[in-house]
Amino acid sequence: MSGKATLLDFTGKTADPALAICQKHGNRSDALLEILHDLQHEQGHVPEASLPVIAKALNLSRAEVYGVATFYHDFHFKPKAAHVIKICRAEACQSMGARELQAMAEKFLKVKLGETTADRQITLEATYCLGLCASSPAIMVDERPVARVDAKTFKAIVAGLK
Amino acid sequence: MSMKIFIPRDSAATAVGADEVARAIAQEAAAQKLSVQIIRNSSRGMFWLEPFVEVETPQGRVGYGPVSEKDVKALFKARFHEGKPHKLSVGLVEELPYLKNQERLTFARAGLTDPLSIDDYRAHGGYEGLAKALTLAGSAIVTEVTDSGLRGRGGAGFPTGLKWKTVHDARADQKYVCCNADEGDSGTFADRMVMEGDPFMLIEGMTIAALASGATKGFVYIRSEYPAAIATMKQAIIIAEAAGFLGQNIQGTDRSFRLEVRRGAGAYICGEETAMLESLEGKRGMVRAKPPIPALQGLFGKPTVINNVLSFAAVPFILAKGAATYKNYGMGRSHGTLPFQLAGNIKRGGLVEKAFGVTLGELVNDFGGGTASGKKVRAMQIGGPLGAYVPAAQLGMPMDYETFAANGAMVGHGGIVVFDSNVDMAAQARFAMEFCAIESCGKCTPCRIGSTRGMEVIDRITANEEREANLTLLEDLCQTMTDGSLCAMGGLTPMPVMSALKHFPEDFGAKKPRMKMAAE
Repeated sequence: MSGKATLLDFTGKTADPALAICQKHGNRSDALLEILHDLQHEQGHVPEASLPVIAKALNLSRAEVYGVATFYHDFHFKPKAAHVIKICRAEACQSMGARELQAMAEKFLKVKLGETTADRQITLEATYCLGLCASSPAIMVDERPVARVDAKTFKAIVAGLK
Repeated sequence: MSMKIFIPRDSAATAVGADEVARAIAQEAAAQKLSVQIIRNSSRGMFWLEPFVEVETPQGRVGYGPVSEKDVKALFKARFHEGKPHKLSVGLVEELPYLKNQERLTFARAGLTDPLSIDDYRAHGGYEGLAKALTLAGSAIVTEVTDSGLRGRGGAGFPTGLKWKTVHDARADQKYVCCNADEGDSGTFADRMVMEGDPFMLIEGMTIAALASGATKGFVYIRSEYPAAIATMKQAIIIAEAAGFLGQNIQGTDRSFRLEVRRGAGAYICGEETAMLESLEGKRGMVRAKPPIPALQGLFGKPTVINNVLSFAAVPFILAKGAATYKNYGMGRSHGTLPFQLAGNIKRGGLVEKAFGVTLGELVNDFGGGTASGKKVRAMQIGGPLGAYVPAAQLGMPMDYETFAANGAMVGHGGIVVFDSNVDMAAQARFAMEFCAIESCGKCTPCRIGSTRGMEVIDRITANEEREANLTLLEDLCQTMTDGSLCAMGGLTPMPVMSALKHFPEDFGAKKPRMKMAAE
């Protein structure tokens, strides 16, 4: 990704990293979700300061860009922990003990869903269906789906992340 | 000659260690100086056996599963690479009743091919449908699809041919084909299996839709929870373009179709077609009021074919083998096959493609083997989080759009989530409302506010607070949501709620079954 390369605007200040990403997508407003995904992938979060920059590049209002960034569950303005574990809360996983798995995970990591551990290593979140419904319960560890999860495998996964 | 060993690359295999198994097999083969070719194939859809390793023998493929890394040394010792017996062996894969008793028209290649080998795809009947379509006028393709009786596999069951005809007949400078691959329904994974396991089939189906309707540009809208599907589809598009099956001048003709993958961002509502269009335009996934219908004013206001992955995936077969062949399967007005997905608390979960008319019991008990826990089947939620909870007493029901509708349920996308006797149906009903509250786009009031009020009312019922009054209130609220919501999110959330209350009143703190229930 070339977005880390320093672009200078005419005032000599470092340009916002979102600019290069918007350019990569041809400054097309229909690519806004892709732009936010790329920006988040690169920066670890969507910096709020980038929103007006994106708005200008795509010829949208700031409200429109803010509206999109806040509508979708995936986008977040604040950095998360080094790792994100998402526990599937949907029905197929419920039928195989997802509620108990969630309770165990919250107790084990000493956080509630949506929170980050004290050592800032793991953010625990909910997700709704990973399409692994015949191998429940399932979780997503960063970008890696893991199925047939029980307390033992969950603890081993956490140990492997640290 | 090197031996061929197949290890699926499907997420349901890698999520239980298929990559590690593949690595261990490669290492052990190297250590023993055996010449093996490891092929990362698609999954057969027998997920209780994953990671499922298959070995090619003169008699056919022999399967082993579920294989873990630890088993690899013992497997080599037993000479599994020659198809020899081992306690994990299931014998000849094609002879397994689970596969043998299916009617795999769409999933004909599942488990057989390397998903990203276009040669493999073509060797197994791929692109025969497109070859036929390229010889036909758009209207003739539409007729073929109409005659097949294919109905929208996303859940609504709208006749696909009629939708295509509307777009074909519309006059516009630009038309689009959009694939709804926002498979958010719990208990479903057939779309994911197509995209990860047979991506060219989806591309072929969409290309045929483009030829039929006159569209030149298309999008596949894939949920972000499916990273492997996104990666595979993107690669497949590049490969199909390089092979002349997509892009400019398809197969040397004057027809062109460009296809792009777009990622969702974790919003269930974007599986609703108009919310998906908004999202594809880079906006909040807010539902649009209909009319105008998307077939006339869809993406960027232009005529747009929108279908689910499975609808497009059924089309290559229909074109290649003829509408009549497809239509011969099924019952009543439900023609063809549906890839059913057995999920949740089930012993043999996976993909079972059968003609409509197969009973729920045949799927859950004969194929699925009952619950994973060994307890009794108590309830099944069919058709996703907006589908009804069906009691075990209705296991005799045939899978058919009309039969289900007549019983206050829906076939939907074909997902069946099984629950055993441990399930608390009041908690499930409450979750349906909670899920609606989390995922509502917020545009219409019954859905946005009704869902939260619904949770509160269910809480009061289970706490036995003014029970009768609150039951009446819940029925009234559900009726308002059904009648007054803009789309299926708010409109169908009452289905799991009221079906749970109707069939399992004892879980809501009732002393004895409530005899009188308002009609759903």
